[in-house]
Amino acid sequence: MSLLEIQSVSVVFGGLVAVKKVNLIIEEGEIVGLIGPNGAGKTTLFNCLSGFQPVDEGAISFQNYSIQTMAPHQIAALGLARTFQTSRIFKRMTVLDHVLLGQHGHQHTGVWGAIVRPAWVIQEEETSRERGLKILSFFEDRLRPRLDDFAETLSYANRRRLEIARALVSEPKLLLLDEPTAGMNPHESAAIARLIKKIRDELGVTVFLIEHDMKVIMGVSDRILVLDHGEKIAEGLPEEIRHNHDVVEAYLGRKHGA
Amino acid sequence: MALYDFIPRRSNLKVWLPVLVGLSLFPLFVRNEYFLNTAVFAGIYIILASSLNITNGYTGLFSFGHAAFYGIGAYTAAILATRLGFPFLLTLPLSGIVAGILGAAIAFPTLRLKGIFLALVTIGFQQITFLVTMNWIGLTRGPMGIPGIPPASVFGFDLGSNFGYYYLILILDVVVIFLISRIVDSRVGRAFVAIREDELAAQSISINTFRAKVLSFVLATFFAGIAGAFFAHHARFVSADSFRLEETFLILTMLIVGGMGSILGPVIGAILLVVLPEVFRSLAEYRGVVYGFIMIAAILFRPEGIAGVPGVIPARGILSRPEKRLATEESAP
Repeated sequence: MSLLEIQSVSVVFGGLVAVKKVNLIIEEGEIVGLIGPNGAGKTTLFNCLSGFQPVDEGAISFQNYSIQTMAPHQIAALGLARTFQTSRIFKRMTVLDHVLLGQHGHQHTGVWGAIVRPAWVIQEEETSRERGLKILSFFEDRLRPRLDDFAETLSYANRRRLEIARALVSEPKLLLLDEPTAGMNPHESAAIARLIKKIRDELGVTVFLIEHDMKVIMGVSDRILVLDHGEKIAEGLPEEIRHNHDVVEAYLGRKHGA
Repeated sequence: MALYDFIPRRSNLKVWLPVLVGLSLFPLFVRNEYFLNTAVFAGIYIILASSLNITNGYTGLFSFGHAAFYGIGAYTAAILATRLGFPFLLTLPLSGIVAGILGAAIAFPTLRLKGIFLALVTIGFQQITFLVTMNWIGLTRGPMGIPGIPPASVFGFDLGSNFGYYYLILILDVVVIFLISRIVDSRVGRAFVAIREDELAAQSISINTFRAKVLSFVLATFFAGIAGAFFAHHARFVSADSFRLEETFLILTMLIVGGMGSILGPVIGAILLVVLPEVFRSLAEYRGVVYGFIMIAAILFRPEGIAGVPGVIPARGILSRPEKRLATEESAP
């Protein structure tokens, strides 16, 4: 059984078909890239998977659960974590808060637990803190020394890293990364590419990412899916995609007179 | 430590314990009825502002109907005490529960609304509550109000004087602030703040935002009901006039001036806005002017409030400071 199965998913905004009958299967342990020109429907597809965008047609199954009608928090609880294209960190919360919040679904403290604070609640916080620190150590010295800093004081690149950390700490089965290297310099992008590999290799998390940086996507992906105008125009190994006629056309335009 | 991240813990015992001891010694030296009465009112407003802080400060909801729940608590206590002869120790929790249940009843349909819409619905609820209390003569005696509420008595001790009420509200304040800070400083409170900061992102990390918002609303209305019950037994008379929209705005002003999203904010705001008008009493008719100027100055120069989390209230204006950028963009080696 595959981890994620997207069957003929379509999304329509008024008259515009944002995603058109897209099919995709992602197996456990893969790193799959999603590319396409602006407005190709990449983020819309991500929003469908994470429950933020209702699907007009088709089915999505994740770990055998049919998730296309589920609410975002339910999908997240099943083990599908994501980051956003424009970073959505909790500005006035600390770095530590973020990695604790990422584990919200694994914790059980309710109002009574919070008030009475029995031993198991203290234990739960302690375990969560340790797990959070472990995930932060994936980011070398970028986030760990800033544990008690408000997220809004972090640099742009660190905010993006924090968002990945917040998603990772929930121990997801599948991680959706929406342009993780957007706005980063080549050096930082390369670090993110290494991080993505590390996430898969050491944590065993399957990764599905949208990326514009060709160097990154060609370097990390096992497989690449190309969308254009909401339609899948190609799917294959990075090397195949690089030389695919349709893909080159979608990006660079049709040769004049051809 | 900044004021806004102060949470009473065992580790900062030496900060809050002296304050608490000072407060409990206060009536032994100041036996003036007027001072004590002012202090009791400050205590009531501390509960009200602190509870409104749960929804408006921590969870980022715009609730404008807090006085309605305060009133519901007060009327519940008044009716239970005068008609059924319930003692204070029973009316207090029951008022909180009734207010909390009504809070849940309006939270379920309205908390799917956002921002200004929620504000309008809660203002509407406020007005409806006022009209119902004015017109349901059989239950509330309408404009006549309910007189003759017995004074609070705890384990046989009659607290007929402000001396007794002072200690009672002090204990209630300590308990309420303790409960709120425990809730805020936990998984539950973290989820509230996450919703305030970014609801979409909160959903993406498996927080059931609707449930959390309802919970936040119910907690806030529960504590408002508790404050209402205390008020009813203290004033010994309730009427709808005490719980109008103006009262909601007063509580909201306390929260804004004191600072949203922190434990100390509403406490400072409540004390300030109860004590300041009394201090300026000597200014006679200029009182309102001075008071108004202080309010305007507070909003202009410190939009986040005295002890609020910086930036919770988005400041846009000539006097607002630019967003602080502490970290410089890191450069690649």
